Amino acid sequence: MQSKRTGFDASALAVGAICVLGLLWSIVTAAHGADALMRGQAWLIAAGFIVGLIMLVGHYGDGGLKENPREYSETIVKYGTIASMFWAVAGLLVGVIIAAQISFPNFLYFPDFPFTNFGRLRPLHTSAVIFAFGGNVLLATSFYVVQRTCRTRLVGGVWSWFVFWGYQFFIVIAATGYLIGITQSKEYAEPEWYADIWLTLVWVVYLLVFLATLAKRKEPHIYVANWFYLAFIVTIALLHVVNNLAVPVSFFGSRSYSAFAGVQDALTQWWYGHNAVGFFLTAGFLAIMYYFIPKRAERPVFSYRLSIVHFWSLIFIYIWAGPHHLHYTALPEWAQTLGMTFSIMLWMPSWGGMINGLMTLSGAWDKLRTDPVIRMLVVSVAFYGMSTFEGPVMSIRAVNSLSHYTDWTIGHVHSGALGWVGFISFGAIYCLVPWLWKRKGMFSRALIEWHFWLATLGILFYICAMWVSGILQGLWWKTYNDLGFLEYSFVDTVEAMHPFYIIRMLGGVLYLAGALIMVYNVYKTIRGEVKASEDVAHHQPAAIDQPAE
Amino acid sequence: MADNHDESRERDDHSGVETTGHEWDGIKELDNPLPRWWLWILYASVVWAVVYMVFMPAIPGLPGLGDHTRGITDNSERRNVAEAVAELEASRAGYFEQLQQAGSIDAIESDPDLLGFAMAAGRSAFGDNCATCHGAGAQGFVGYPNLNDDVWLWGGTFEDIQHTLRVGIRSEHRDTRYSQMPAFGRDELLSREEINQVTDYVLTLSGREPETLASAEAGAEIFVNQCSACHMEDGTGDRFQGAPNLTDADWLYGGERAQIINTIWRGPYGVMPSWEGRLDDQTITALAAYVYFLGGGESDAFIEAAQLNQD
Repeated sequence: MQSKRTGFDASALAVGAICVLGLLWSIVTAAHGADALMRGQAWLIAAGFIVGLIMLVGHYGDGGLKENPREYSETIVKYGTIASMFWAVAGLLVGVIIAAQISFPNFLYFPDFPFTNFGRLRPLHTSAVIFAFGGNVLLATSFYVVQRTCRTRLVGGVWSWFVFWGYQFFIVIAATGYLIGITQSKEYAEPEWYADIWLTLVWVVYLLVFLATLAKRKEPHIYVANWFYLAFIVTIALLHVVNNLAVPVSFFGSRSYSAFAGVQDALTQWWYGHNAVGFFLTAGFLAIMYYFIPKRAERPVFSYRLSIVHFWSLIFIYIWAGPHHLHYTALPEWAQTLGMTFSIMLWMPSWGGMINGLMTLSGAWDKLRTDPVIRMLVVSVAFYGMSTFEGPVMSIRAVNSLSHYTDWTIGHVHSGALGWVGFISFGAIYCLVPWLWKRKGMFSRALIEWHFWLATLGILFYICAMWVSGILQGLWWKTYNDLGFLEYSFVDTVEAMHPFYIIRMLGGVLYLAGALIMVYNVYKTIRGEVKASEDVAHHQPAAIDQPAE
Repeated sequence: MADNHDESRERDDHSGVETTGHEWDGIKELDNPLPRWWLWILYASVVWAVVYMVFMPAIPGLPGLGDHTRGITDNSERRNVAEAVAELEASRAGYFEQLQQAGSIDAIESDPDLLGFAMAAGRSAFGDNCATCHGAGAQGFVGYPNLNDDVWLWGGTFEDIQHTLRVGIRSEHRDTRYSQMPAFGRDELLSREEINQVTDYVLTLSGREPETLASAEAGAEIFVNQCSACHMEDGTGDRFQGAPNLTDADWLYGGERAQIINTIWRGPYGVMPSWEGRLDDQTITALAAYVYFLGGGESDAFIEAAQLNQD
């Protein structure tokens, strides 16, 4: 069947109405905003909505989106893949810059340009790697996986594009806001109320597109990857809305007051923060693992029963573990106890995913030698296993009294972020690119090897440096001499960190170098310069009813 | 399960395990049981968690048990911290009392145990409160005095140091040590030309070459009129006003020509906070002793000899 144009429909009208409303608000705010920062952002937001309207008019002037009901929607996945790589490089680059600034405080810092300050760049880094890079990988892969495993086309037409572009728009609003100094000071939830409302809208549409596609599936059962994607989308919606409940000072201003105060605010924030790790960076990426590892290894998933039990135990237990971020604080001790015990119980539910990932390789272990993509996926799962063991250990109060506020925490986060999230995403991108652009494989297997080894070395530099410096800090902060005085001053520990911060920065440089190699490799692959002898990807047919090879 | 031997369930060649009979985009699932070790550790962690909750404060909102269960150990981390702090303070109380009663630096120095304690207490307090500006080794930075040498703006005896710590310099304390050098350039008290000239003269005070001799001579006259009230005619400074000696090699704001010009131009207004009320008396005493013994403290005998020398 030939592809046809959708024509102008109610959905296009609704998206247009959203853009017009947003444009009206941003014009009023640009002219009469309550503060200068808000007026500045409003210009950018207005520009975004105008671009949105132009894109909409352009498409529907041509007769609407191109759709072929017999084929999967792959264009949006292509866009998501490229956006992922763009944000990966941006986020990693900012990470390297702030790692250099911690080692050499004046590096690229210009007092006349406050946006070069560490305090503004740090949330830019965290949001760029987690939400921009990670979020785009999740968007792209979820749109791919849900179609393939449901044997149906993505539902919603223009709405899936609204999700994609709306999400990019949110990233740009948040990032420029950080740089000019707009923040509500909640870690990983820094954007202010107007950006939060926009993301809520985008996210609800994402949920509806995903659910509608699931509902239209031609398979009798829902594949496990989709359970994880759904858990991720639903829970992030819940976390985002509750943690960002706030009263704006003005509907045309950038400031707001949180609905929570004091320790309630802290607990809400870490309920959010911990579950952002649990549902964004764990559940979402487990979904990626459950599709891409069996596909690439061409082996069945190790245990269906394990996937059920670990899925439900993981999502039930994870949501309670947040208080372990607030050990030895004003948080009542009983809440700390619960946070810690639930974190311990979380160990095996997390490891269920690791077992299912690793054991799926049984019968295909030899591919670790020959296929760097499989190796990346497997090493990713190994880092996942390590981090999800380290996490419960660090949640034990006695251990936490050593580790809390030290670089050990930073090391822990990055073994998960660089090792697990990064590698599973890169592995997925290496699978997706030849499938989407119909190539025999990636342009160069050797470059994938380079990426793998540089990045692995970078991670080891990073986490080893942070383990040593973190444990050193923890011990020094607590060392008393026999007269009952602290042996080391804080500034002593700061000086002692210097060599480790330099090693950490080098680790980041290596990791970034690996990502740049990937970008080059992907670019050459998309251009079609693939040699027959290189990395071989199995063809994924575009037509819906044609079984995969 | 009834469908255990369903026709659709094929057997995996490699492992010999049956699949569940589902397939998604080529992906199948094996019907392996839960790994035993996994299950047993899961059970064990749940049991451990429950036991821990029985022993420690844990469950809120149970009727009749107060706002939360206290646990068998009735543990309270706040109480533990309060007790630990009280115990630590008690263990140091004796020495701190001795330190307060010692009265003079000689009395502290003559008792090796007390001296050791004063140095330990002072070093710890220095690291937490003073090192930020004066450096971890008290070596100072431009604008922040080095405390290891014997150059003192406001006096270097044990009592002087104690007093400076208490009241601070240009701080908000009522009796703070205070003086102000005018901003000769910014406030247009001297022209650029004059500032250059007086800088040349100041350079000669510490035995260095001026740009031109004529300029230094012109500067000498300006110095007498503008600077000598505080820095004295010979440039040796005055401790009562915290005016530095300009004839030596130590320069708080840097001794290069450009740095001296800058200092005269802007009239520095360095502030040290007052520590009275922020640190207790005992800690201030220990800090004063520590700074005194860093190397530059001036004993009473030294002060007497210096005065004899001047007379």
